[in-house]
Amino acid sequence: MNLAPSHFAAVLLFATFVSVVFGITQRSTTRAMVRHGAFCFAMFLAAVVAGSWLMWAIKH
Amino acid sequence: MATDVRLPAKVETRSGGFVYGPLILGWLVPGAGHLLQRRWGRAALLFLSITSMFALGLMMQGKLYVPNTSDLLEMIGFAGDLGAGLLYIGASLMDLGHVPIQVATADYGTRFAVVAGLLNIMAAVDAHNIRTGRKP
Repeated sequence: MNLAPSHFAAVLLFATFVSVVFGITQRSTTRAMVRHGAFCFAMFLAAVVAGSWLMWAIKH
Repeated sequence: MATDVRLPAKVETRSGGFVYGPLILGWLVPGAGHLLQRRWGRAALLFLSITSMFALGLMMQGKLYVPNTSDLLEMIGFAGDLGAGLLYIGASLMDLGHVPIQVATADYGTRFAVVAGLLNIMAAVDAHNIRTGRKP
């Protein structure tokens, strides 16, 4: 079975899985894990959106 | 007069027995190290995340690196892939991840597989830290 997601879908999948593992491994309490995971997810998305606009600006 | 004295947190040591069990088991099977510590929820989430990431990488026609001494990047990629433990060994035995890359997303798939391996190493080390009492 082959899968060919869009670039943004691939980023969403990547950010989701990595954020879950970062949250669990980098914090001790459940509450802190959830907060850190959500923070990592938001940062991944923010970095991608910012990088995309930067590349658009460089091109134009 | 010093009243704000901060003492280091007391580290609970649970070093009896073989402390590397969670590390090795966690490397072989994602989340198994946490399962050994009876952290059911964390084990399930780790297993789901790492296994899904590795499987998605293969479904995107990502490449699995093989032992290679001629190219440094190939060696690093192999080390990352090997971090996935039995997932990598099983996929290699089934001859998955060895097709020529034909689509752009296959490169993402290759990275997904490598990162899944690296995340699994993080999870295994975390399980080891729980076992030794370094992490509550």
